[in-house]
Amino acid sequence: MTRSKVRSGALAGWRRSPYSPGLMQGTARYGAFRHRHLLGIEGLSPEEINHFLDLADGYVEVNRQAEKKRTLLRGRTIINCFFENSTRTRTSFEVAGKRLGGDVINMAVSASSMYKGETLIDTAMTLNAMHPDVLIVRHPESGAVQLLSEKLDCAVINAGDGSHEHPTQALLDALTIRRRKGRLGGLTVAICGDILHSRVARSNIALLNTVGARVRVVAPRTLLPAEIERLGVEVFHSMSDGLAGVDIVMMLRLQSERMHGAFIPSTREYFHFFGLDYDKLRAADSDALIMHPGPMNRGVEIGSEVADDIDRSLIRHQVEMGVAVRMACLEILTRDLGKGPPLP
Amino acid sequence: MKRLLFRKARLLDPETGLDSFGDLLVEGERIAVVGGDLSTAARGAEVVNADGLCLAPGLIDMRVQLREPGAEHMESIETAGRAAAAGGVTTMVALPNTDPPVDDISVVEFLARRAREVKLAKIHTYAAATKGLSGCDLTEMGLLAANGALGFTDGVQAVADALVMRRVLAYARTFDLLVLQHPEEPSLARAGEVSEGETATRLGLPAITPMAEVIMIERDLRLVEITGARYHIAHLSTAAGIDAVRRAKAQGLPVTCDTAPPYFALNETAIGDYRTFTKLSPPLRSEWDRRAVVEGLREGTIDAIASDHAPWDQDSKRLPFSSAAYGIVGLETLLPLSLELYHNGHLGLIELIRRLTNNPARILHLPVGRLTPGAPADLVLFDPDVSWRISTDAFRSKSKNAPFDGRPVRGRVCRTLVDGRTIFRLEV
Repeated sequence: MTRSKVRSGALAGWRRSPYSPGLMQGTARYGAFRHRHLLGIEGLSPEEINHFLDLADGYVEVNRQAEKKRTLLRGRTIINCFFENSTRTRTSFEVAGKRLGGDVINMAVSASSMYKGETLIDTAMTLNAMHPDVLIVRHPESGAVQLLSEKLDCAVINAGDGSHEHPTQALLDALTIRRRKGRLGGLTVAICGDILHSRVARSNIALLNTVGARVRVVAPRTLLPAEIERLGVEVFHSMSDGLAGVDIVMMLRLQSERMHGAFIPSTREYFHFFGLDYDKLRAADSDALIMHPGPMNRGVEIGSEVADDIDRSLIRHQVEMGVAVRMACLEILTRDLGKGPPLP
Repeated sequence: MKRLLFRKARLLDPETGLDSFGDLLVEGERIAVVGGDLSTAARGAEVVNADGLCLAPGLIDMRVQLREPGAEHMESIETAGRAAAAGGVTTMVALPNTDPPVDDISVVEFLARRAREVKLAKIHTYAAATKGLSGCDLTEMGLLAANGALGFTDGVQAVADALVMRRVLAYARTFDLLVLQHPEEPSLARAGEVSEGETATRLGLPAITPMAEVIMIERDLRLVEITGARYHIAHLSTAAGIDAVRRAKAQGLPVTCDTAPPYFALNETAIGDYRTFTKLSPPLRSEWDRRAVVEGLREGTIDAIASDHAPWDQDSKRLPFSSAAYGIVGLETLLPLSLELYHNGHLGLIELIRRLTNNPARILHLPVGRLTPGAPADLVLFDPDVSWRISTDAFRSKSKNAPFDGRPVRGRVCRTLVDGRTIFRLEV
């Protein structure tokens, strides 16, 4: 079967995006994505990242049609396994899976077996016995999704592990930026706020560096992890310096639920110095766009008037891109599963 | 009386600095004659042809966690004894963090009785510095010491309260007792699992500043200054901590310290993709700190090497990194990992053996760790050069939690004796 046949099933009628998937052409059929799981952005090549974005681009158009249902994942079982509360990400994956025709099952694990003392690995083995094709996992501990993936024989997508990675969020952020700015390479992106606890920040830093953007982080020193500059970012402690001339302002949620004790004196003081309002935004490029992974703490890290600015805020676009990116992830990880060994 | 003659061994005695080829005669439970050609003098004795292998005092491991009483499914006194024997360890000192903790004479007596029954490596114990390891009220230190406790510590946690620590030290000084501390300021360590730095940042793991070590050490050293108690810092792992000890020793304070093999054999990059077998307390440090530990051992600021043996079953380690238990087993790898310091040219063999035998014996006031006629025949015969690979499957320890599986090492224990009895012989 040729690539075009595989893809026509999934994307019949998709409009070719302005971003030609040039990097895919000439790539061996199985070579576009080398991994069995999507556990993080760190370690992915620019080609692999672009492969996700190119495919997702097509799904954006699919999702805007009245008839959104595809049959690519017909007969596939996808389990949403969330060890941490989530509405947005879980729903986004669920919509993505269902639009591709898969059977999506939601498990809120925190509410069931973990309280009965079952270990993570027991849970994994139990799920494994049900023969899912894809397991989508969120867990409050860094590295837990990788541990699970080592014990399972299906594809695993990391939907956020502790303060480590949240790869689909970084991909959807990249897609949002690329569609609006036409490129990723050469842009300057400021990631602001609670870097210390943020898996979104780590995945975004890895992705943006890989595709050639410049990354800055802006935060008070209590919310920055040690040696963050070794990840390839410029570090700022004031919004006016950090936002000077940037193309994208990415605000992060203050993750009070991950904090042991006080990292900031008050939300009022935090907003005064690090919350995004028009006053601070003036330092950025006049076309600078605003992003936030949600859910927002309005008046803590971002002011409502900026968050709701339809010209500059991409926050709702991010949610839309999320579904498309997750459809692309599901397609890539299930592509030709069970069809014999890879071609040479 | 049973007589055992070691022929043509490389005798290593850190007590006297002896490092030469010769014979050693054991009579009954004690060393009888050391050095020279004893083939005629020892006619009729059972002969062990050492043939150039090293014969040294048995290792004294001053920091071992036994899981008996309370968690015998992870390690018992018997399995720990077998592991010790295979590792060339003839004396081990247990931490009080059992269940119940060693904060009462009855537990000290229980351990002594179990050790007599098992009859492998000698087992001593520290007792808790505070009742129930709670960090509040002093234990019956005088009585515990009179019944055999070698020192006082709250085990894997620091005595956090400065006033309590002052009283522990002052009271210990009254009876000239040893106080041992886990050097980590708990309020700084509270929310962390790994050492602060690039590795922690990349992995998104909550981190502890390495300064948590020196902050606790500096506080305690000031308390030692006013109390004069004998103070020992366990598993030192940072450059700053070693520097503080160096200055305290120059000042003449009664302070000693040890480190453990992971702190000179590994650095934080060994954590890799969340390997819980590398989760230790204190955590693995930067390469800079690792080198400082090597240098501290070389120059003698660090007095001793202890295994920091911490057995954990699969269920305690097959977990996400943050939920996994702290610590690794070390009795069976103590000698080969320490010998890396010798093979890498950092320490002479006799100096290395001193840090594994004579120095801990002196700190603990034990009459072992030397090849002196009349001393207990606690001996280890080892080949310092033979190459082999560590295999955790082959561990005698009931728990296999060590990050060294498959590591190529040089130097292996051939035979271990306690009080003249052979408790381990390498099957080739």
